Amino acid sequence: MARAVTNQRKTINTILAWAVGLLIFFPILWTILTSFKTEAQAISDPPVFLFFDWTLENYAVVQERSNYMRFLWNSVLIAGGSTLLGVIIAVPAAWSMAFVPSKRTKDILLWMLSTKMLPAVGVLYPIYLIFIKFGILDSRIGLIIVLMLINLPIIIWMLYTYFKEIPGEILEAARMDGATLKEEILYVLTPMAIPGIASTILLNFILAWNEAFWTLNLTAAKAAPLTAFIASYSSPEGLFYAKLSAASTMAIAPILILGWFSQKQLVRGLTFGAVK
Amino acid sequence: MATQHSRSAARLMMAPAVILLLGWMLVPLSMTVLFSFKKYLPMRGGDLGWVGFDNYVRFVSSSAFWPSVQATLLIVGGVLLITVVLGVVLALLLDQPMWGQGIVRILVIAPFFVMPTVSALVWKNMFMDPVNGLLAHVWKFFGAAPVEWLSQASMQSIILIVSWQWLPFATLILLTAVQSLDSEQLEAAEMDGAPVFKRFWYIILPHLARAITVVVLIQTIFLLSIFAEIFVTTQGSFGTKTLTYLIFQRVLESQNVGLGSAGGVYAIILANIVAIFLMRIVGKNLDA
Repeated sequence: MARAVTNQRKTINTILAWAVGLLIFFPILWTILTSFKTEAQAISDPPVFLFFDWTLENYAVVQERSNYMRFLWNSVLIAGGSTLLGVIIAVPAAWSMAFVPSKRTKDILLWMLSTKMLPAVGVLYPIYLIFIKFGILDSRIGLIIVLMLINLPIIIWMLYTYFKEIPGEILEAARMDGATLKEEILYVLTPMAIPGIASTILLNFILAWNEAFWTLNLTAAKAAPLTAFIASYSSPEGLFYAKLSAASTMAIAPILILGWFSQKQLVRGLTFGAVK
Repeated sequence: MATQHSRSAARLMMAPAVILLLGWMLVPLSMTVLFSFKKYLPMRGGDLGWVGFDNYVRFVSSSAFWPSVQATLLIVGGVLLITVVLGVVLALLLDQPMWGQGIVRILVIAPFFVMPTVSALVWKNMFMDPVNGLLAHVWKFFGAAPVEWLSQASMQSIILIVSWQWLPFATLILLTAVQSLDSEQLEAAEMDGAPVFKRFWYIILPHLARAITVVVLIQTIFLLSIFAEIFVTTQGSFGTKTLTYLIFQRVLESQNVGLGSAGGVYAIILANIVAIFLMRIVGKNLDA
């Protein structure tokens, strides 16, 4: 028997949920609104919500004055590079664990997960030293490697859970029909694996984009991505609310949009398959 | 069917990932352990020889140690309490029939995608600033004196910021768990006359137990090492110096690598204790 839901109850639910949702979203909304104000309006007393002179000036200023494009480009290269490199290394590993499991597969998976639990601060100085030794401190390639390594366990895990869902019977059927191993991988497995690989890339791009321990500690002027650029606004001379808001909005907008696409995969990716 | 041939191919395919992660784990970790037994001051003489367990003893007996443990536990505990309780409430609310459910979901999840430095900076300046912050305006509107959030209520402020970032995560996972609840069981209980509270306590909560455990464990691991939120807001002052931040200061600010490394080893042990419990749950799920 389906439960009859009265319109009245549905209305109450709707009002409550929207109120809570808007409250939670409000800091982001406020940041976006402030980014369109002038500096004077941004700190006006009492604050103005919607009725101000909308301006794009802050976005222009931030771009001109702070080399914003360079930080953005660093973020794109670091997050994208580490994700792609991670996926290239993880696909064969996840593939073999899902399709040719051995007695040790479970132990290996759990061990990989355990490397993710290592607190970054515990190995900060060794990494710092290694970076100096190889001359990759404040370089994009250094960050790409580190972020790839910290996200590799998640990438392998996500891919593994996706590959696991591909039914083995289909492979056997293809083999019966005389498909070679190459054809099997190219025409049977790959099309089925692409959605899983795509969501893995999406989520890990987001995680790498927002990473704020290594990006803050291993970069200076050259390779700093948006996380570090924004942190530089915390100094008093950088305190202009409207410009801070414009910079913040630009830093989070691409990820908010990507994030909305990835919300369904989020749970699987972040709980290592423990909640489905 | 796995043949001998495919097995060795599988091993080969796994090798790059395994070797990289093994190196990532072993090399820095053994360096940290090595440094922790040395007097090592890069700016003041460099490697000054072995000192046994000196650093371990000094790290624990320094006046900053216990406050940092306390700060860490307060932040982790506070954020866990807030995100789990509100997460359950929100998950149950979002599961109800309503108009515009998809949009509300997006609004609730959004903070999770905001990079930590942005959320810390936005909260610090635009909300918690005692002069121009929005909260100051609200306080003034009600005739109260504005609060200097990050100095007078530093701990509460940090907990608020971090909870805002992690509430979406808890909500999303708990919502997934709520949606897998068998509604017939709830309806049967309702028909038998079980009041709302009893239905929640005896049916919904036990069903959510596993998801709550997972949320608690995963968040604990991430919360133990929060950094950017403190780096951007208080820089560890006003009682907000967590264990992670203390180690960071010892290593990079005062360049006492031996001492910081001993702290690092403590942090690693602490994280591992939590990790063992998480791995058990995840491992059980692999068998199923």
